[in-house]
Amino acid sequence: MTIDSAREAPGLTEAPPPELIQLLTPEGIRVEHPDYPLDLSPEEIRGLYRDLVMVRKVDLEAVALTRQGELGLWASLLGQEAAQVGSGRALAERDMVFPTYREHGVAWCRGLDPLRLLALFRGLSNCGWDPAEHNFHLYTIVIGSQTLHAAGYAMGVQRDGVLGTENAAGTIAYFGDGATSQGDVNEAFVFASVFNAPIVFFCQNNQWAISEPLEKQSRIPLYKRAQGFGFPGLRVDGNDVFACLAVTRRALEAARTGQGPTLIEAYTYRMGAHTTTDDPTRYRLAAELESWKLKDPIERVKAYMVKNELADAAFFDEVDAEAKRYATDLRRRCLEMPDPEPLAIFENVYAEGHSLISEEQRRFAEYLESFDD
Amino acid sequence: MTETLTLAKAMNEGLRRALDDDPKVLVMGEDVGRLGGVFRVTDGLQKDFGEERVIDTPLAESGIVGTAIGLALRGYRPVVEIQFDGFVFPAADQIITQLAKMRLRSLGAVRLPVVIRIPCGGGIGAVEHHSESPEAYFTHTAGLRVVACSNPSDAYTMIQQAVTCDDPVIFFEPKRRYWDKAPVDTAPGRDGWTPFDRARVVNPGEDVTVLAYGPMVKTCLEAASAALEEGRTLEVIDLRSLNPLDIDTVVSSVERTGRCVVVHEAPVFNGYGAELAARITERCFYHLEAPVLRVGGFSTPYPPSRLEDHYLPDLDRVLDGVDRAMGW
Repeated sequence: MTIDSAREAPGLTEAPPPELIQLLTPEGIRVEHPDYPLDLSPEEIRGLYRDLVMVRKVDLEAVALTRQGELGLWASLLGQEAAQVGSGRALAERDMVFPTYREHGVAWCRGLDPLRLLALFRGLSNCGWDPAEHNFHLYTIVIGSQTLHAAGYAMGVQRDGVLGTENAAGTIAYFGDGATSQGDVNEAFVFASVFNAPIVFFCQNNQWAISEPLEKQSRIPLYKRAQGFGFPGLRVDGNDVFACLAVTRRALEAARTGQGPTLIEAYTYRMGAHTTTDDPTRYRLAAELESWKLKDPIERVKAYMVKNELADAAFFDEVDAEAKRYATDLRRRCLEMPDPEPLAIFENVYAEGHSLISEEQRRFAEYLESFDD
Repeated sequence: MTETLTLAKAMNEGLRRALDDDPKVLVMGEDVGRLGGVFRVTDGLQKDFGEERVIDTPLAESGIVGTAIGLALRGYRPVVEIQFDGFVFPAADQIITQLAKMRLRSLGAVRLPVVIRIPCGGGIGAVEHHSESPEAYFTHTAGLRVVACSNPSDAYTMIQQAVTCDDPVIFFEPKRRYWDKAPVDTAPGRDGWTPFDRARVVNPGEDVTVLAYGPMVKTCLEAASAALEEGRTLEVIDLRSLNPLDIDTVVSSVERTGRCVVVHEAPVFNGYGAELAARITERCFYHLEAPVLRVGGFSTPYPPSRLEDHYLPDLDRVLDGVDRAMGW
């Protein structure tokens, strides 16, 4: 087999296959799936819509701030709002999230102030929040590392003896299609599987790992990998917030009741660049982008709501206005954040006293004070 | 209560005590359960504490350390065994990019009381990747504590101190000393234990300060006995903690002796001894009668075991270092 023929092997870059779980079509038509019933009140649907709009607006604002030199970098979630809001709203308060660096929508659902995210990308901290505050762990830059932390955390929940009780907690690990090539993700699958850990692996397959397409990561659909590790894997329409919600909710419930891990592949698309330093026009065709625009996660919810008279024009206007106000305020708060004090470099390296750090801190403080004369 | 124990058995007793003292302590690694570890350091622990606390893991070092991090985030205190020094590198990413930095990244919100036990060093006739001294990689990484025990008594106490420490600890065990026996006080209580970030003068002397840790401490003590026959007294210091370094104990010794030889198994070039030499030079410049000299491994991969006796510093090479320091 030649190298080229591998690219032509069946099943590599085909359109979403029929096993894609979908509850809302791109045209905004509600469809039922026998395994994933979902009953949402009009208020809940309006809430999801608001989340999607707010998250997109925060993201766009961060991109703008980066373009203006106010952030060092930003990893845009444009196009992935439904995957993040759907899965994020499936979480119970006790569940623990292990994100990558792009889970701004999940962070939003957990109640983490987006300002914290901006602080990281503005270079004010190397992350800077308490994971326990919102059960939202630190952003992780090294691809796939967090899946092992999540598996270990889930093993801890298991050892706490709370599974199947009202104190049960699920764990969800987010990662991208590129991360599935990493050893750590595969090791996380092994640990989760053999220990039957209460975890959901949530892969947002956005089709591109910087410039590398999915066929550079896998010859089979990603959700099928789970079978080789011995737990269920399924593929959901990642641009369908209803389906992402229903599927994740069920997988988390399985985790909490001791049924072990699930891999969810949210089939979606990164509409923007990998990060603001990237130029996607060098590696992908405009036509691909156009075809995914038709599957926009926000427009389809809006179409559904309009068709079913779940909201009027005033509601949509108000959500847009709220998002705009929020973004304006976020920008102001971002620009007002002060730089950390120089001696903060030495803080929190160790929990217990460390003579070398103390010595270097003292000397640097003396050095800084020498400028006061 | 004082018992005579091998270093391996002292480790075992220390781990047993740690598991007894705190239900959140876990032991995990490859073969640590039913087998009791390839060196039997964890012998019998799974039988007594159960599979939920003494965990035979999949054969995946990154997975072992990565899941230990997650367990620590959930409130546990995992003690991880890396089977051999040369196998720690698949886990290096989790140790260096994750374990060492997570506390700082959370602005101090999370604690990571993870102990990574690494049987280290050569001298047991093993195949390649089983005899290395990777301490410099980890002492170079901020956020980790790195300690090395050299005798059964320290093995027993230091492992318990490492487990109760809220920082990640890389814990080196000198594998060719696992079978050495010495009295260990296993009475309950920690009164009188030397803090595990302190060095200890294990042989007082006047002529040359000899710095060592882990497996080389015994060799240096033998060298001190031999030197005595030539009328020289060597002050041997067991550093015990490599990061942080107890520089004050070192400095007060070198200020008296004026001479210092650093001994380790790892290659000398860019090794831990380079840090010691630089710091001692900075602090003791006007007291030094000779440059700080280093005795250690060569700038080669660890050799096949039939050659390891030439690679590892022995009594004669330590004494040669002492001669060079005295002859300056």
